[in-house]
Amino acid sequence: MKKKSWLTGIVIVLLFSVLSTFVLTVQAQDKLKVAFIYVSPVGDFGWSYAHDQGRKYLEKTLNYVETAYTESVAPPDVERVIRDYAQKGYKVIFTTSFEFMDPTLEVAKDFPDTIFEHCSGYKTAKNVGTYFGRIHEAAYLSGLVAGKMTRKNRLGFVAAHPIPEVIRNINSFTKGVREVNPQATVKVVWTGSWYDPPKEKEAALSLIEAGADVIAQHQDSPAALEAAKEKQVYSVGYNNDMSQFNPEGFLTAPVWNWGPFYVEVVKSVKEGTWKSEAYWKGFEAGIIDIAPYGKVVPQEVRDFVDKRKQEIKEGKFKVWPDKSDEELLKMNYFIEGVEGQIPK
Amino acid sequence: MSDILTTTFLISVLAAAVRAGTPLFFAALGEILAERSGVLNLGLEGLMILGALSGFMVGSATGSPWLGLLAAMISAGLLSLLHAFLCIHLRGNQVVSGIMLVLLGMGLSSFVGENLVGKTTQGFQPLPIPILSQLPILGPVLFQHSALVYLAILLAFLSWLFLFKTRWGLEVIAVGESPEAADTVGVPVQAIRYACVLIGGMLAGIGGAFLSLAYTRMWVDQMTAGRGWIAVALVIFSAWLPQRALLGAYFFGGIEGLQLRLQAAGIGISYHILQMMPYLATIFVLIFSARREFRQKIGAPAALMKPYVRGERA
Repeated sequence: MKKKSWLTGIVIVLLFSVLSTFVLTVQAQDKLKVAFIYVSPVGDFGWSYAHDQGRKYLEKTLNYVETAYTESVAPPDVERVIRDYAQKGYKVIFTTSFEFMDPTLEVAKDFPDTIFEHCSGYKTAKNVGTYFGRIHEAAYLSGLVAGKMTRKNRLGFVAAHPIPEVIRNINSFTKGVREVNPQATVKVVWTGSWYDPPKEKEAALSLIEAGADVIAQHQDSPAALEAAKEKQVYSVGYNNDMSQFNPEGFLTAPVWNWGPFYVEVVKSVKEGTWKSEAYWKGFEAGIIDIAPYGKVVPQEVRDFVDKRKQEIKEGKFKVWPDKSDEELLKMNYFIEGVEGQIPK
Repeated sequence: MSDILTTTFLISVLAAAVRAGTPLFFAALGEILAERSGVLNLGLEGLMILGALSGFMVGSATGSPWLGLLAAMISAGLLSLLHAFLCIHLRGNQVVSGIMLVLLGMGLSSFVGENLVGKTTQGFQPLPIPILSQLPILGPVLFQHSALVYLAILLAFLSWLFLFKTRWGLEVIAVGESPEAADTVGVPVQAIRYACVLIGGMLAGIGGAFLSLAYTRMWVDQMTAGRGWIAVALVIFSAWLPQRALLGAYFFGGIEGLQLRLQAAGIGISYHILQMMPYLATIFVLIFSARREFRQKIGAPAALMKPYVRGERA
């Protein structure tokens, strides 16, 4: 008796799974399939988290889109993961880390009908576009805030890897700081890792012990803010609004807003107007912003920075008036006011 | 240069060493116990991350970090029991099972912790010890930390006492060196191995909970960032001795604290070189221990990774 009910159960489960696979395939055929490949966990509350917010926004905004993602993809696996999605019929594939660039182009050669978009690189192909945001302009604005708020004129910057993307942010932040506070200096400590929360906190502590009273960062986790909270100094976050990690001392943060861009790309693919390009826009496109000011930031500072933001948005103000985009993308030196070394 | 020749600098590096070394020590101590009984557990990374998550979950939900710590011990203990079952009972490959534990722990913690990402908790706050914390140098270095740091120091002493001065401890060592001989005198080989893997897993769980409850006081995915693997290296470095594991952990942690502070002080030593130090030190010890006579002296358990079946020749 018992055996029989077991059998019935198995048959039901089998039938159900066959049926549901059928239903899902039918559904999937109507939808445009879009895949995302991330370098770190979506739960980092940083870089990949911000991209995944964009993915969710895309799925919510365009009802004909179905998305999938793979997180924490290590360099040796990248090509396999991208190829896998392309073979499964994903129409648009976003690869969201610098080191994914060459594998993306490699796979793109074999799938000419699939659209690939690679983030933060510099190579394109007929079916491969590249995209990034002018996040350094937001870093500059956060520098203005930090420069106004520091009392000791010593600021600290916790940085991941010495590549142009990070160096550009450090320089732009420092440019903002020095514009409103020419005596201030920004000290840099490298962690050598995009994502290592305890180490990021330790790096922030080392800067605070060296006298910094504002800690900014280019890291993927909010751990540096915990150090600032513990030692009661100010914080500038990165990637997302990280105010909850240092509610008393949070100033602002350069933040990403990928959603509208993802919608724009997928829409153009659907309408057949997509063209390969090197996309590098800023405030005017809404792809970047600064997080809402922390409660310690006085109104006059807010007004001043808001005004500058508007000027950048309207193209009336340039953070680096004497540098071309190409020069900015290759930046590999520190400007005056930064204390630290770029490892060779 | 003058910045780094001060006592303040020394104190801040040493205090960082203790802070960064403590989670490594808990995990390494757990591994020493398991390996002393003859079972290799490469799953520390998975056990730690599970401990970090469950510690944070329960600690922030109940408001009591101690309950969080208990939860970390239970969850990591349960996961390590799976390893024990596969390796001791079914005599499976210990390396494969250990790697499986890492993947399982990471996947499980990402999945369960998804909605906790970006949350913070009070956790363990610093608890300066009266009088001792006022000592010059030693006070700020050792006695102004959270309770778990003191627990680690206490455990280093107690586990040395246990392993080398008690009957049970000697039985653990006997099981790891020669399970046949231990069996013939009536030592319950399998039960001891189970117990060691279980307690070892619980200790790794404490190491993970230290990260989420005492160090960063937040939950973000995969926050152990490879510390479980460093702890495995630390076991070899410390020659399977608990007291040396504590010093080794402080050394490994100190290198990290030092290289960050040298940068902050503007000293131009490449951080790449300093970051290699713990691994270079481990390789150095490995080269020494590769020779058989050294191996015996340094203390790699002779029956490590060898499942035991009564009456079967190894």
